Amino acid sequence: MASYSTNEFRGGLKILLDGDPYTIIENEFVKPGKGQAFNRVKVRNLKNGKVLEKTFKSGESVEAADVIDTEMQYIYNDGDFWYFMDPNTYEQIGAGPAAVEAAVKFLKEQDTCTVTLWNGEPLLVTPPNFVELLVTQCDPGVRGDTAQGATKPATVETGATIRVPLFVEEGDVLKIDTRTGEYVSRAGK
Amino acid sequence: MSWRPGANREALEARARLLHGIRAFFMARGVLEVETPLHCRAGNTDPAIESFRVCDGGYLHTSPEFAMKRLLAAGSGDIFQICKVFRRGEAGRHHNPEFTLLEWYRLGFDDRRLADEVVTLIETLAGQSLPLHRTSYRQLFIEALGIDPLSADVESLAAAADAAGLHPGGGMSRNDWLDLLLSHCITPGFPAGRLTVVSDYPASQAALARLRPDGETAARFEVYWGALELANGYHELTDGAEQRRRIAAEQAERRRRGMPPVRADAHFMAAIDAGLPECAGVALGVDRLLMKLGGAGHIGEVIAFTDTA
Repeated sequence: MASYSTNEFRGGLKILLDGDPYTIIENEFVKPGKGQAFNRVKVRNLKNGKVLEKTFKSGESVEAADVIDTEMQYIYNDGDFWYFMDPNTYEQIGAGPAAVEAAVKFLKEQDTCTVTLWNGEPLLVTPPNFVELLVTQCDPGVRGDTAQGATKPATVETGATIRVPLFVEEGDVLKIDTRTGEYVSRAGK
Repeated sequence: MSWRPGANREALEARARLLHGIRAFFMARGVLEVETPLHCRAGNTDPAIESFRVCDGGYLHTSPEFAMKRLLAAGSGDIFQICKVFRRGEAGRHHNPEFTLLEWYRLGFDDRRLADEVVTLIETLAGQSLPLHRTSYRQLFIEALGIDPLSADVESLAAAADAAGLHPGGGMSRNDWLDLLLSHCITPGFPAGRLTVVSDYPASQAALARLRPDGETAARFEVYWGALELANGYHELTDGAEQRRRIAAEQAERRRRGMPPVRADAHFMAAIDAGLPECAGVALGVDRLLMKLGGAGHIGEVIAFTDTA
């Protein structure tokens, strides 16, 4: 089993703790001038997103988690699984609801997503940072209401509801930041 | 990776000003500036410190302590040195494998009097007086954790760590538990603008300090600015036999941990045997002092180029 020594710790490293895969967010080296060194790390559980702090005696080894990020194209959803295709091998893989939970409201067919695999199984699907989605439903803007920053809700083709400026109309294509879930701009029609 | 320096022009000026201020401080007090070799035949036996080996079989020094004590034994009188020291594997927000140390020795001083001088130096360089708290290692543990660090067994130290959510893995010695608790549960709570002088370290962490007559504590102190450890000083051990015992114990601990042996400094031992004058000595991290003076959050902001390899 592969493992990492604490002196290899850095942001983004994937490790196994109590059987769960974690990614290191922050690694702090703590050492008294005369005395034992420790690595104090902040880690995120890749299964449930929970962040916790752990301290390791420096020089200890921690089991590596076989976690890799791959770029895959979202193809379709059959009701139970969301299917992604490796653009090089055309191999398809199905991700369950837990893996797509955070991504599903921005998942559009043909878009290239980051699929995080743990022991070859999809663990997490991350949509592109920016997606372009069609507005399927929104109320017309109130005429004359030009107040700065005024917004209204709009529903897009994937089912997500986001806050948009009043000039947005049904049929518009919007650029959305999936990390914040916020409207960025109107894309070309 | 950028070719640009990590320190801006302001930080470079602050460093130049600080070095000038340190030299002026010691010149006014009649303390002689010295230089000793960075490249040494012998290394540091401390198992918690790893030296860089040089291809000719030598070492880059981890501290100028041994060489400066040879000068003291030869009759140099009060001396100070500003130099780069090298400690392998130490990198982080407050560590860089190569860093600048200010080390000085004062004849006839004890640890208490030298700690006062450290505080005076810091306040002089900061251009203001700072709130000061004096405490002992034992007092800190009793107040923060309700544990006597001189007598508590490993189980109760581990239990205190467990209560704080700390489970650092196997192979923890009693001193490791003390280090863990001090660095995770005690010093992070020191108020940001305050200087704290921690005195009377446990005898097991005496390093090169003499023991108090009680045999339980050592004449060793540390100075913190906020939560940041700045300086470590001793009323120096002058007993050659005791010095040999400590080096042998460090070598044994290295073997126990499966670490490579380090060539001990025979010249240093000979100098101690010849007679180290009664003195106190201290080392202060110059980069960390710059961090506190300039409000830097990372050591890389006060050093032109850090080791980012």
